[in-house]
Amino acid sequence: MTRHETLDPGKVRITGGVASDQKHDSAHKHVSGEAVYIDDMAEPAGTLHACLGLAEVAHGTITSMDLSKVRAAPGVVTVLTADDIPGENDISPTGLHDEPILASDRVQFFGQPVFAVIAETRDAARRACRLAKIDYAEEPALIDIADAGADARLVTAPLRLERGDSAAAIDAAPHSIKGQMRVGGQDHFYLEGQIAFAMPGEDGDVTVFSSTQHPSEVQHMVAHALGVSSHAVTIEVRRMGGGFGGKETQANLFAVISAIAAKKLNRPVKLRPDRDDDMTATGKRHDFLIDYEVGFDDDGGILGVDFTYAARCGYAADLSGPVTDRALFHCDNAYFYPAARAVSRPLYTNTVSNTAFRGFGGPQGMVGAERIIDEVAFALGKDPLEIRKKNLYGTDDRNVTPYHQTVEDNVAERVIAELEASADYAARRREIAAFNARSPVIKRGLALTPVKFGISFTATHFNQAGALVHVYTDGSVHLNHGGTEMGQGLYTKVAQVVAEEFQIDIDQVKITATTTGKVPNTSATAASSGSDLNGMAAQDAARQIKTRLIDFASEAHDVPKDQVVFLPDRVRIGNREIPFADLIREAYMARIQLSAAGFYKTPKIHWDRDKGQGRPFYYFAYGAACAEVSIDTLTGEYLVERVDILHETGRSLNRAIDIGQIEGGFIQGMGWLTTEELVWDGKGRLRTHAPSTYKIPLASDRPKVFNVALADWAENAEPTVHRSKAVGEPPFMLAMCVLHALSDAVASVADHKVCPRLDAPATPERVLMAVEWVRAEGAR
Amino acid sequence: MKARSEIRFLLNGTPVALGNARPDETLLDYLRLRQRLTGTKEGCAEGDCGACTVLVGRLRKGELVYESVNACIRFLGSLDACHVVTVEHLKRADGSLHPVQQAMVDYHGSQCGFCTPGFVMSLYALWMREPQPTERAVEKALQGNLCRCTGYEPIVRAALAASTYGNAMSDPLATERAAVIAALNQMKDGARVEIGSAQDRLLIPANVDDFAAILEAEPKATIVAGATDVGLWVTKFMREIAPVVFIGGLDELRDIGEENGAIHIGAGVSYSDAFALLAKRIPPLGALIDRIGGEQVRNMGTIGGNIANGSPIGDTPPPLIALGATLTLRKGNTRRRIPLEDFFVDYGKQDRAPGEFVEAVHVPVPDAASRFAVWKISKRRDEDITAVLGAFDLRIADGRVEAARIAYGGMAATPKRAKSVEKALVGKPWTQETVEAALSAYERDFQPISDMRASADYRMMAAKNLLRRFYVESTGGSANLSRYEAA
Repeated sequence: MTRHETLDPGKVRITGGVASDQKHDSAHKHVSGEAVYIDDMAEPAGTLHACLGLAEVAHGTITSMDLSKVRAAPGVVTVLTADDIPGENDISPTGLHDEPILASDRVQFFGQPVFAVIAETRDAARRACRLAKIDYAEEPALIDIADAGADARLVTAPLRLERGDSAAAIDAAPHSIKGQMRVGGQDHFYLEGQIAFAMPGEDGDVTVFSSTQHPSEVQHMVAHALGVSSHAVTIEVRRMGGGFGGKETQANLFAVISAIAAKKLNRPVKLRPDRDDDMTATGKRHDFLIDYEVGFDDDGGILGVDFTYAARCGYAADLSGPVTDRALFHCDNAYFYPAARAVSRPLYTNTVSNTAFRGFGGPQGMVGAERIIDEVAFALGKDPLEIRKKNLYGTDDRNVTPYHQTVEDNVAERVIAELEASADYAARRREIAAFNARSPVIKRGLALTPVKFGISFTATHFNQAGALVHVYTDGSVHLNHGGTEMGQGLYTKVAQVVAEEFQIDIDQVKITATTTGKVPNTSATAASSGSDLNGMAAQDAARQIKTRLIDFASEAHDVPKDQVVFLPDRVRIGNREIPFADLIREAYMARIQLSAAGFYKTPKIHWDRDKGQGRPFYYFAYGAACAEVSIDTLTGEYLVERVDILHETGRSLNRAIDIGQIEGGFIQGMGWLTTEELVWDGKGRLRTHAPSTYKIPLASDRPKVFNVALADWAENAEPTVHRSKAVGEPPFMLAMCVLHALSDAVASVADHKVCPRLDAPATPERVLMAVEWVRAEGAR
Repeated sequence: MKARSEIRFLLNGTPVALGNARPDETLLDYLRLRQRLTGTKEGCAEGDCGACTVLVGRLRKGELVYESVNACIRFLGSLDACHVVTVEHLKRADGSLHPVQQAMVDYHGSQCGFCTPGFVMSLYALWMREPQPTERAVEKALQGNLCRCTGYEPIVRAALAASTYGNAMSDPLATERAAVIAALNQMKDGARVEIGSAQDRLLIPANVDDFAAILEAEPKATIVAGATDVGLWVTKFMREIAPVVFIGGLDELRDIGEENGAIHIGAGVSYSDAFALLAKRIPPLGALIDRIGGEQVRNMGTIGGNIANGSPIGDTPPPLIALGATLTLRKGNTRRRIPLEDFFVDYGKQDRAPGEFVEAVHVPVPDAASRFAVWKISKRRDEDITAVLGAFDLRIADGRVEAARIAYGGMAATPKRAKSVEKALVGKPWTQETVEAALSAYERDFQPISDMRASADYRMMAAKNLLRRFYVESTGGSANLSRYEAA
């Protein structure tokens, strides 16, 4: 027993338990370049490389396809078309059969994959791709949703939420305003692009290393495309170089093509598109046109709202149904509407099929709510913050959402009040007014906006998770679960939960790659649900093993069960303490099973989409942010001077990781609302398909002063894992304060008499045009 | 003249001699595919994201300098007699992390980790030359690195704290400096390098005269200095560029100095090398250079290349035209000097004869009587391509405009002077009324286009408003946002 002589019976805390600021498990490998991403894996001899041939019209039928020069190009091994797909030519995630792997006769967007070249090198595949000659009979294409008529085609059934009689409420209101808002889409710009690497196996088997947030779905897609059972397909992913929703369904295409080629040629095949092809051929955040009408009283109390959310979904449904649903679920943000009606219009367009992106429609829903607040405030000549506070959900009454869920955990008022004080809102509001009065060209603006975000997949059945925990005879632990690691620190948090259960140091818990072979039928790591679901599943697995250990120790040492206690690195059994590893060894010798599969499903939730009623969310996450900006009224250029954030993540599992999510989510949201602009030309070709033309924020775009705080008093009202809350998506929407601060600065050129109706992304161009418009309106 | 048929460089600790380098082979592909050094990542293959950042050490007048560069658009041919340092070189022999790496770990500077090696290398370059940087210096060093996860805050914190983790003087690249200099000096043997045959040739001239001779013999050869443009011809358009002449290592083209009231900039001078003198003598140009590309691009890209490639939105030509710069063009041993503005004939067409090259640009330093300004407008402040760029050099005496040279980028098919606007100003009193009256002249000078960077309307409106900004600032007002307090 000398192996365990380092036992410290006085040790009061394990390292890396819950509520510790444990570093990301891969941090030391990230900084040294040793973290292995799929493109870094050693390539077996014979590895081939694929490149996709993309359509060059937005809509039309293929009249002829001459690939002879492609096939004859140096290094080319084979060329795949729709005819080479052994199983089903479809990767639609919702089963609508509207998303071919390779277009066979009809092309529906500029950039749609038509064929794939497999060659000895990636360079050879890329060069060969350009030699294709494809002719099309072009058909009229709908690119922009602003051009969609009243009878425009929808890709999926719309949703309608209704509570009360909003038309009557607006009619009867002392004031009402109608308007329209445009909010742009967003490319994920994960730094690691899409990639899949397929290894052929025996019989029908194939293993695909896929940069995916949803290994189980990739498994199903590969199986369907190959015409084999799911058991023949294994999907593995150790880490992604960023996901943000862009690898929830969009990884399917690449995995399927590489798998088909690998099985056809019986050689490993890797498919890594270059950045331009990645941005052209994969879906993005939906851009929206929001039509709104609001009725309100003399004090700014909202009486009724009516929203229509039209979204550019692209040529196929993908996740547009749930995305546009979630936009409606957040048309209230944190505000109570006595009467509300909201409908979605998921529009078919001849553009790439849009998809999940952090917030999943929620951000687009919320900007509609915040626009309405601005409209009311400007109409009444009040500070928008006053209108925001006035219309917040109540705690005991005024607490039912447009989808008839009662808000039970509302802390928005407290979060706003604390932030208003810590950010010194009132004093700065006065200082800014004074500054603007003496500064003719540079103007400042200030805004404080809240966030209330619903947590759970709105498709109830996705709210389940599995985990697999093994304890080896030396006391070390192998952890696996269905969640994927894309940088958000999920693996670290779940390992913390397991370390806490066993009371062992986190370095005793081995974090392992997500694979469909260990935990089956998993949900996407999405909807901010990763730690909530997988943390609970892993906890369940650990507790099963613990229960067996307690039963064993109690019997073997003849003590009551409640006298078997797991202490840091050791176990107290009656009045003696032994190292954890010693108990494990004893248990093994006594033939106790030291492995368990854990499971979790979220309780309480239900949703009736046809009725638009239910409890789609287990709980809500809250936060608020306050931004101050400066704008140049001659050019529209701007700077973010200061941002203050107060956000709550319940009892945080890891404050460092949570703050990282808040800072990163905020900056990503700020990019969406400011400089990130997607531009399609008249031919439907995406012109912003690389970082040279698509501008995500830089270090020098950060707020000059950036104060981020977690609410230290918060805890989840529901019994989630250690009463923590999800953190992946909610902070993204804190960035709305930047858009509204810009709007506030613009409004100053006409003494805040005209609502600027600043659309997003608020590029310098949009800011300048808004300045010009507000000046003209103000002079009328 | 000596000649050899291989390029030589140091890769981390190992000397490399390559007789089979292709003229369009990038350093990134060489590292990842040939050397399996996979710490260096490809994020965009166009020098915009920084995931591929490595350091290149080169001898500058006998002194060894290390600069961050984008391996994705750097060709092997530009690495002769250089020291290539990748992220794999940073860990110490005992396996411990370098101070910059440890700070990144401790401050939670990585999330997905894919951009991280590039950030580490950019911060490493900064740490070597400025171990205790200001926040502004950190932001400048990171202009060429994109992170999509962290929002940068923890990375900046790590950069500011790195100096507390160790001393830059004890770093291997500092302690082994003498040995590296000796090795590079030995590689720098003054030989012409020629690899490959006929249409697949890679050439490194022995000196400028040799370059002139090569170009006369091979007028269709692609000239590569910094590769920040030609790199994309290969990675994005897969154009055949051979034969290629690499001139980045020609010291004679890398001289910059002031003489007779003008700054003389050799065609091979990078933005980074030009920065100190330009920022000191013509401060608005220094501020402009800070907004061209990221640090990696400024370390590679040259002002000569920015002119020679004839881009309508190149950032340096408009201010240089406004300042009255001239160019020296050379063919063989014949030189001619022309005003810079005459070099730009039309879109994609310059006044450069076959076999001729840009040897130097000469920039008059504005005297105290003139007022010079240049402003760049882009969607994102830093590391973005210009939507509109306006440059103004006005001489105002006794309240009157005596002379005006105004030039714009992004407003026409070439960098172009606003001659009608100039005419509307010269001889007039320098007043708001004169400025407002001159605005209508813009339509005579420019008919800008709409594209993904800006609409024609915005370009025109912003172009006019830059003249208004110039007026406001000339009368003591403030009309320009700055992220940083005035130095």
